[in-house]
This record gives sequence, C-alpha cells and structure tokens, in this order.
Amino acid sequence: MIPLLSVSDISKHYGAHIGCSDVSFDLYPGEVMGIVGESGSGKSTLLNCLAGHLVPDAGTVVFDTRADGPRDTVSMSEPERRMLSRTDWAFVHQHARDGLRMGVSAGGNVGERLMAVGDRHYGDIRDKATDWLTRVEIDAARIDDRPTTFSGGMQQRLQIARNLVTGPRLVFMDEPTGGLDVSVQARLLDLLRGLVRDMGLSAIIVTHDLAVVRLLADRLMVMKSGRVVEAGLTDQVLDDPQHAYSQLLVSSVLQV
Amino acid sequence: MTDQAYNFAYLDEQTKRMIRRAILKGLAIPGYQVPFASREMPMPYGWGTGGVQVSAAVLTPDDRFKVIDQGADDTTNAVSIRSFFERTAGVATTTVTADASIIQTRHRIPEEPLTEGQVLVYQVPIPEPLRFLEPRESETRKMHALEEYGLMHVKLYEDIARHGHIATSYAYPVKVEGRYVMDPSPIPKFDNPKMGDMAAIQLFGAGREQRIYALPPYTQVISLDFEDHPFEASKANHACGLCGSEDSYLDEVIIDDAGGRMFVCSDTDYCEARQAAGHKGQDAA
Repeated sequence: MIPLLSVSDISKHYGAHIGCSDVSFDLYPGEVMGIVGESGSGKSTLLNCLAGHLVPDAGTVVFDTRADGPRDTVSMSEPERRMLSRTDWAFVHQHARDGLRMGVSAGGNVGERLMAVGDRHYGDIRDKATDWLTRVEIDAARIDDRPTTFSGGMQQRLQIARNLVTGPRLVFMDEPTGGLDVSVQARLLDLLRGLVRDMGLSAIIVTHDLAVVRLLADRLMVMKSGRVVEAGLTDQVLDDPQHAYSQLLVSSVLQV
Repeated sequence: MTDQAYNFAYLDEQTKRMIRRAILKGLAIPGYQVPFASREMPMPYGWGTGGVQVSAAVLTPDDRFKVIDQGADDTTNAVSIRSFFERTAGVATTTVTADASIIQTRHRIPEEPLTEGQVLVYQVPIPEPLRFLEPRESETRKMHALEEYGLMHVKLYEDIARHGHIATSYAYPVKVEGRYVMDPSPIPKFDNPKMGDMAAIQLFGAGREQRIYALPPYTQVISLDFEDHPFEASKANHACGLCGSEDSYLDEVIIDDAGGRMFVCSDTDYCEARQAAGHKGQDAA
C-alpha cells in the first residue's frame, strides 16, 4: 500500500530557534494521525509545513496525488500546490474566523470551493451547500445568514462543511475544538468521527487536548521542543507512555 | 491657443513615453493591469486623473477629442476635461461621437457603435475586480496570475441568494479572451456587451490606483454568470421621453415634488441627433 502522505526529515528553523526538527512519518489512506505537545513544541509549525503554508528548510512531503501518483509538495510549483489545497486537501483552522469569509453567507462559504474548481450552476451549488449544512447539523434555513450571526460551535461546523464539500482526501486540523465549551466539543468530535469514518478521510490533527486524540486518532506523535519524542498507536502511547515528557503529559490530565 | 507654459497635452514627453509603454503592454496582454507611475494632475483623484493621463499620452495635434460623463457632454466633469485639453493641447473637440478620434468617458459607452481608428478612454476608480472580496493586493495579484477566479462567482452567488437575481448592475465583472477577469469601470451592465468585439481600441486608466489596462480591437469580452442565471443587459423598461428611443440606456430624471419623473437617454449626443432627425418622445416639448 502506498502511503497517502510520506513525510521525511522536515525541519523548520526561525533563525537560531528551532520550529521543528527531523520529523518523519507515513500516513496511510483512511488513517487519522494525532500530534500532541505543549504550546511552543512545534506542532503548528509542522502542520503548516505539511499543508504548504510554510516552506520547510529541509525535508520532503510526498503526497499521493490522484492524477500523477506520489509527488513532493515542497518542490512542486505554487499553482499545483494551491490546486491541491482546494481539491484534495482541507485545512480546518483553530479559529473559525481564519477559515471563513465572515462577510459572505453560509451558503456562499460552502460554495466557494465548488466555484473555485469550476462549478457554474447556481442551483447545484445551492443544493450541495444545503446538503452539507444539514450534514454538519446546521439548520438549512440559515443558509443565507452570515457566519457572524452563528455561535462559535456553528462557525466551526460551517468551516468543516466548507472544507469537506469538494471531497478532499486529507484534512489538516489545527486545534479544531480549541475555544469551544465541553458539550459543544463533544458534539463536534462526534460529528468529526462520523465524517472521517463515512468519507474514509485521512486526517492530521494537531491538539493539546488528549481527549480529542483518544477519540479520533489511530496513531499519535508526541512533540517536545520541535522534536518527536514518542510515536505509536494512540491507546498504547496514552496508556503506557515511555518517554518522560509523555508520562508528564498524560499524568497532567485531571481525572474527573 | 495652446498655453505656452505647458508641454503639448500638459504632461512632459518622458511621462507620456512611460504611459505609452504601459498602454502597449496592456494592449499586448488584454485585461492585465499594468502598473504605471501615475502623476499628480491638476484635479482631484476620482475626477478622472487616470483617464486624463491616458488621453494625454495618446493625443496628437490632429485628433478630435470628445469627453462624456455618464453619457452627457455637458456635465461638469466632461466640460472641464474638454477645456483642459483645449487649453493644454489645442486639439479640436466635438460632441459628435462619429467625428471624434479619441473619446474619454466616465461610466458609459456611447450608443453609436464605434469604428476602427477610434480610441475609447475609460476613467477607472477601482481597477481590481476582486478588491472587496479579497483585501490583500499581494493575494489578488496571485489570484490573477494563477487564474483563480472562483471568488468572483461567490459575489454573484451572494447576489442571487440575497436578491433572487444577479443584482450587480454596474462595474459588472468580465472575462477577457478566456484569461483575465477585468473590472469594466462603473459602466452599467447594459454596456457590457458593447465591449466585446469592439472595433475601437479601449484603454482604461486608474490614476489613484496607478494601473492601466486595455482591450485591443475585436477582443472577446464575456460577462461572468451562472448557467441557470445567465447574464442579462438590463435597462429601464421605458422609451426616451425626448427622442422616443426604445433601445438606448436611460436616466431617470425627477421633474417635480409630486413624484413626477421622466426617462431620457443618458447619451446626450445620441438623443440630440435623433431629435434633429425628427424622432419625438412623449415628453418632448
């Protein structure tokens, strides 16, 4: 089986300061990978390097494209990379405001990616937008409302709908549940788990919330000071952490 | 009668060369916004500083110059720009569309079809069609370069979602030769079909934004739309009150305090020519 995403030796330095260093892993189709670590451990830097938002100083990110098979996304041309990021890739930001157009209605937000890949039939776009709003549990009657009138949880779900409408194969998520209260988090996680299973999505989820990776991720990487200190199956890492920092992380969670 | 204190057509020759280079580049890449070093002109931004600089660069002493503002030859903007070039270039001026070799326009295309050899100069306030959708200029340039124009349709989608039809009625975005999406300046969308396959050269000057773009003769210009909401060139559903024309673009004029109004051609030259030929509308004296 060819990995969907094959990352080798990704490094990113900010001057003398290490963003992330020598990160390698393979992600197979349908697999969800969690990246955990404390603030400043380089997990967001790593995600941005993988998604093409930052140029890494070294390393390759080989993605198995639909058309041409495995290609290095770091060295491919910018138009190709941008095309990937609106078709096969999706990026869910921590703050929904970063990923949404706040001045555009919910339907327009969901429809943008469709129009970006050449959809030119208003009725079809609207039908797909309605369908996706329903799938993320937003009332279809709110299709013409702007996201500014939505609650935080609804905005986050709208952002997910907007990203998944073109049927991507790989989703990057940066703290998708950050800033939401626990009951809304639980609903969002349920929804994400359902979508990931139904669509056979692969995903890379960056978070500091161990509950999120416990529920969603098949595999887990623990990062500390820009390096991966431990990697393995989620349950294995969380139940039997080997590295001192992983042990600290796991024991820091308050057991209710 | 040229004012001797000025070079021909106000601008110095080096500046005109610089503008001509931008115009030639614009003609070579139809619809592409060419940056140019816009000069201070003796008029405020928004009054046609871009159009005036383009006109100054293409004017020759043999030209016959016409200026229209919203279709009219006798409004402030048109009168002052016409007299500006009468004074600084000493060129002949006219109000007759067919007699003019260069026509500077604000917000209209003349009703009478333009012919080969004529140049139409548009005054452009905002050359970037994506401006209000994507505020970052660095990003819009990238979008033009990579032909990422999906966002333009988001604007049209919003129109339909909110109003039931595409409510954008002026500055309606067009695609040039299947490549660049272009802002046609704030002309009514009624005029959009005239831009395509036009025999005259069309030049667009944006002074404040320092951009020039152009359409060579017989260029394909297509107004963006949806398959199920096709583009429609709309106008007021009336006949001109003065000349009775059914197919020219009309201005609505309020004539009293009791809700009285009349519709008249916005193109004054077209209307006067029809009246001189004996056509009469219902409100004609």
